[in-house]
Amino acid sequence: MSLTHYLVLAAILFTIGAVGVLVRRNAIVVFMCVELMLNSVNLTLVTFARANGTVDGQIMAFFVMVVAAAEVVVGLAIIMSIYRTRRSASVDDANLLKY
Amino acid sequence: MDTVPAEGLIAASWLLIALPLAGAAVLLLGGRRTDRWGHLLGTATVAAAFVLGLSCTLALDGRQVDVDLFTFVATGSLDVQAGLLFDPLSAVFVLLITGVGALIHVYSIGYMAHDPRRRRFFAYLNLFVAAMLLLVLGDNFVALYVGWEGVGLASYLLIAFWHERPSAATAAKKAFIMNRVGDVGLALAIFLMFAQLGTVSYEGVFGSIEAVAGGTVTAIGLLLLLGACGKSGQFPLQAWLPDAMEGPTPVSALIHAATMVTAGVYLIARSAPIYDQTPTARAVVLAVGAITLMIGAIVGCAQDDIKKVLAYSTVSQIGYMFLAVGLGPAGYVAGLAHLLTHGFFKAGLFLGAGSVMHAMNDSVDMRRFGGLASRMKTTFVTFGLGYLALIGFPFLSGFYTKDAIIEAAFDRGDGWGYVLGGLAILAAGLTAFYMTRLMLMTFFGRPRWEDGVHPHESPTVMTAPMIVLSVGSVLAGFLLVVVFPLEEWLSPVFGEPEGAEHVVAPILVSILVTLVMLLGAAAAWLVVGRREVPVVAPARVSPVVRAARRALYADTVNESLFMRPGQWLTRALVFVDNRGVDGAVNGLAATLGGSSSRLGRTQTGFVRSYALGMLGGAVIVAGALLAVTAG
Repeated sequence: MSLTHYLVLAAILFTIGAVGVLVRRNAIVVFMCVELMLNSVNLTLVTFARANGTVDGQIMAFFVMVVAAAEVVVGLAIIMSIYRTRRSASVDDANLLKY
Repeated sequence: MDTVPAEGLIAASWLLIALPLAGAAVLLLGGRRTDRWGHLLGTATVAAAFVLGLSCTLALDGRQVDVDLFTFVATGSLDVQAGLLFDPLSAVFVLLITGVGALIHVYSIGYMAHDPRRRRFFAYLNLFVAAMLLLVLGDNFVALYVGWEGVGLASYLLIAFWHERPSAATAAKKAFIMNRVGDVGLALAIFLMFAQLGTVSYEGVFGSIEAVAGGTVTAIGLLLLLGACGKSGQFPLQAWLPDAMEGPTPVSALIHAATMVTAGVYLIARSAPIYDQTPTARAVVLAVGAITLMIGAIVGCAQDDIKKVLAYSTVSQIGYMFLAVGLGPAGYVAGLAHLLTHGFFKAGLFLGAGSVMHAMNDSVDMRRFGGLASRMKTTFVTFGLGYLALIGFPFLSGFYTKDAIIEAAFDRGDGWGYVLGGLAILAAGLTAFYMTRLMLMTFFGRPRWEDGVHPHESPTVMTAPMIVLSVGSVLAGFLLVVVFPLEEWLSPVFGEPEGAEHVVAPILVSILVTLVMLLGAAAAWLVVGRREVPVVAPARVSPVVRAARRALYADTVNESLFMRPGQWLTRALVFVDNRGVDGAVNGLAATLGGSSSRLGRTQTGFVRSYALGMLGGAVIVAGALLAVTAG
């Protein structure tokens, strides 16, 4: 298992996440795709930390996890509240903030 | 000019101005509280000013007294001292203004009795008297200018006194604007004096005017003349004066006959040392006077409005005065004497016309008068005496003073003297014609009254001033020429009278003028008195009459030369403003607003489109980094 394998996997995961964010309507799925992108980045960070023999990347990955956890809390709360008021979790329905 | 500092009574001559000014202030600021006694206060201040003016005049003793008041403007090299010059010339004006003014105030008590705004009328009249006294008493050109503008303002306010009538409001604006044209000339003349001489006081200007180059003096003289023409209704600025008759009749009598319109004559007489230096400007004064006296006399013959006839008569008579003061030293006294007697008989005639209007339900159409002699005996007699004085009936006022002007014109000795004298005699005949026509149409013949008109004599408060003025009309000329010669009284100002030899014997002139006058009166009788006066003005008349009815097309000329081009200019400017300036500003705003709303369309509210934007941005940044590191 060389470095390239990890990086290619991370790239594939990131692309899946990015495409998911762009094409899916369900807010929960979009959210999960964002998490997928974050974790693909985490994978990249850890891979390079391992390859370079330092812990910088791992520390950075922890930070990302912490931020992601906090983001999940706030994001899910928002999605819940939107779902309660609109009876829908579609991101296209919540489009009031525009021109 | 040798002046002495003021002392005693004359030191208090500032009260002459302060009294009517205080009256105006009390009446204007006091509001309705002063309604009940306002007219009495207004009359009292002017009467008190007359008494004070008379006392000062008696104490004058041929001196020229300078009353120093306070520093008016002191800035840099411009130093204007507010001071009064009480000399024989201003004294006669003070007496005319306050004397005739007081009589007209008394008359107005009756004339304006039923007007709800009588208090305001008296306030404006007082304001006028104060400004006019400042005009004639100031000892420098700036004080004169302040008074000059003050009388213009009072004239405007009083012409538009019945401002609910559009014609009165228009006439007031016309008067104000045409006066401004003249005022610009006066202001420029004062600027020029200050620029050339560094002073604006009479003493300073007249003392050093000889040192100024001829062209500049001529310019000053012509600019002063422009100011005088505007105020005095002289050619080419004569068109406002007849329209000013829209004001109440006492206003026409006081401002537009006796006093304010003679301010131009005062200005030119006062500026005699300037005109002594410039024969050109003096010749222009002569020409203006001669042209105006003919215009006034011709137009007066064809008017049917009693006040307009008197107004054109005023224009014509002031033309005589301009002619006189344009003749130089020989004519000053003649012109001023005519000014004084004219002040009496023309004010009396206007008051009489007001009395007639009072009786005829404010109608001014002489074609609907007739046969009033028996109904209004006092008015008829006083008006008749004023009429005889105006046409120069022997031994009444106009006879002495008008003949003096005609003699002075002949005394020039050259061909122009004969031309001017001839014109003046011709105008005297025309004067007799239009005034006789007015008398015949108003007081004689069969009554042509409109239905519901019941002529009655005016109350005593109105007839008393008319009686006093008619006595003045009869005696003033005799008194001023024979008993107390004005020439001697004014000699401190204009120098000792020279015993000039006459080119044409005075007795010949008098006989000639009297004959022409009788001829004019007879012609009027042939045209008007002998047959029935049509109630509607005949339409089939000669071109001359048609031109005279339209005031020799003065309004047409003014409108086509100044008003229409002015309107075109304003319309063009409005167009440029709307389309050009506003267009640029509005266009810029519309461009920005449109583009911003078009840009705003990209904010769709869809999270996914924002995410795409972010992704695109990130890809571009990453690509750029790669390009930099690889390159």
